[in-house]
Amino acid sequence: MGRVRRLRARPLGRREALAGFLFVSPWLIALVVFHVYPIVAATYLSLSEYNVFNPPEFQGFDNYVKLWNDPTVWKAAGNSLFYALLSVPIGLAAALVLALLLNRPVRGIGIHRTLFYMPAVVPPVAGTIVFLLLLEPRAGPLNTAIETVGLDGPAWFQDPAFAKWGLIILSLWGVGAATLIFLAGLQEIPESLLEAASIDGAGAWRRFTSVTLPLLTPVILFNLVIGVIYSFQVFDAAMIVGGTSGVPGGSTLMYMVHIYRTAFGYFDMGYASAQAMVLFLVIVAVTGAIFGTTRRWVYEGV
Amino acid sequence: MRILRPGAFSQSERAAEAEPRQGFYAGRMGIFRQSAWHVILGGLSLVFALPLLWMLSSALKRNEEIFTIPVEWFPEDFLWRNFIDVLNYPGYPFFRFFANSMFYAGMVTIGTVLSCALVGYGFARLRFPGRGFLFSLTLATMMVPYIVTFIPTFLLFKNLGVLGTYIPLIAPAFFAEAFFIFMMRQFFRGLPKELDDAARVDGAGEFRIFWQIMLPLVKPALVVMAVFTFVWTWHDFFRPLIYLNDPDQFPLSLGLYAFRGRRLTEWHLMMAAATLMTAPLVILFAVAQKYFVRGMRMFGIKG
Repeated sequence: MGRVRRLRARPLGRREALAGFLFVSPWLIALVVFHVYPIVAATYLSLSEYNVFNPPEFQGFDNYVKLWNDPTVWKAAGNSLFYALLSVPIGLAAALVLALLLNRPVRGIGIHRTLFYMPAVVPPVAGTIVFLLLLEPRAGPLNTAIETVGLDGPAWFQDPAFAKWGLIILSLWGVGAATLIFLAGLQEIPESLLEAASIDGAGAWRRFTSVTLPLLTPVILFNLVIGVIYSFQVFDAAMIVGGTSGVPGGSTLMYMVHIYRTAFGYFDMGYASAQAMVLFLVIVAVTGAIFGTTRRWVYEGV
Repeated sequence: MRILRPGAFSQSERAAEAEPRQGFYAGRMGIFRQSAWHVILGGLSLVFALPLLWMLSSALKRNEEIFTIPVEWFPEDFLWRNFIDVLNYPGYPFFRFFANSMFYAGMVTIGTVLSCALVGYGFARLRFPGRGFLFSLTLATMMVPYIVTFIPTFLLFKNLGVLGTYIPLIAPAFFAEAFFIFMMRQFFRGLPKELDDAARVDGAGEFRIFWQIMLPLVKPALVVMAVFTFVWTWHDFFRPLIYLNDPDQFPLSLGLYAFRGRRLTEWHLMMAAATLMTAPLVILFAVAQKYFVRGMRMFGIKG
């Protein structure tokens, strides 16, 4: 057996290496064409003036200076930040509550899990248009429901002060995905710990704050980071509600929509690349900052 | 876009379709409390289901009927012909949009599954020089989001003269994608080494070993990959928006967006179109639910 191996070792190795390269060759092409080249090109473009019709012209940090002084960029960044700061924490809390409710030994509880997750498979375009109708100010189901308790519902997507809240409510409809991740985390918590706490006299709330919550912090971190990354890049819903001008009154002009408008409305590819680069760096910085705090609140290792 | 949940693989399979735990809580809830729990959760489930019910109900109404006060949840007559009307709407051929979406999502799914299985297998089970380096490069690309690369990628396809075709939307899928490469590599590494040794001694070529022996063993992973890719591509709005111009080529996402822009008072037809767009995914979800749950445990995604 040993001799056979040794005899075959060399030619097989070369053949195997060749086969290996052939197997990964599609990805090697993609790596160069769709990743390395675009990253280099995006960096260069962000330092250039490029309107698609004339060749790009290098101009140093002009785009970044322009961006810093551009009130529309700040307005869009403010909108995105408002959206992220509200939709992420509210979404995390809602997902956690739903997961806790689902984590019970109740027969047939899977049907609720299915219904909570369902909105996540609904196409964003369809879901957003449905919410335009649900939040219709006069006769939409939400406002008519609010009216039955004697209050006046806001005009939602027709009022600059409330349009972003409409988008936030829409985002909460999709918390089922985060809920399932929380649920998986809850199911990995060792039962022996809960039992031990129970024997020590800890009530349900104490078990939650002293056992469940600390052990769940890695999952909270995961959902938080993903939530931040997604919400900073919100595009589909904002574009469908407000178009490239952020109707009503620029209130739904999200940062990503502004990048889209700069690139494909004004064909200012250099400036759009600089905006994209800044968003990328902000996301890196924010997630980096979040990871920097983890030592203080994320529990590692049982 | 998708992000890896580190270390989730080991437990993922075990917890995949686990119904609620037994142990600690077992026997603590009587039938009464169980029912109470169903009532609470049922109320919440209804809140999550209401938008879809409203969509369907509005799709079957006359346009004016949608805006009656008080709200009518059931249509007076079920106007199924709204669906026929929207499928043949002049200037907005939703039948065509539907076919385009099928084509787009189908092709991207085929391309992604084939290429990621192939590349993942190469990284998992074949030794070649530079493999470790190339694989870490692969992981590194997951850190760079689409927002950085989409403009140069668009310009690249523009220079190739393929704007206004499906090539920029479909071709990249056939060249694999980092996250699913990683996922497939994990699965292929979990298979016993004796399998391919035996096949090799029998004189099978590397591709035959991959295709006939290994691929059937990772079928569940392939299904997870296919299901999620199909859903994401069906959802995709951004790429069609930047690459396509001709309404005859629009997928549903873009067709519905355009319809809402120009025919913004015809809510009943808009809801019929939204229902047509949503139904295939709901059906897919119902049929392949366990793969969705399994996938969700492996990576965090947002629809």
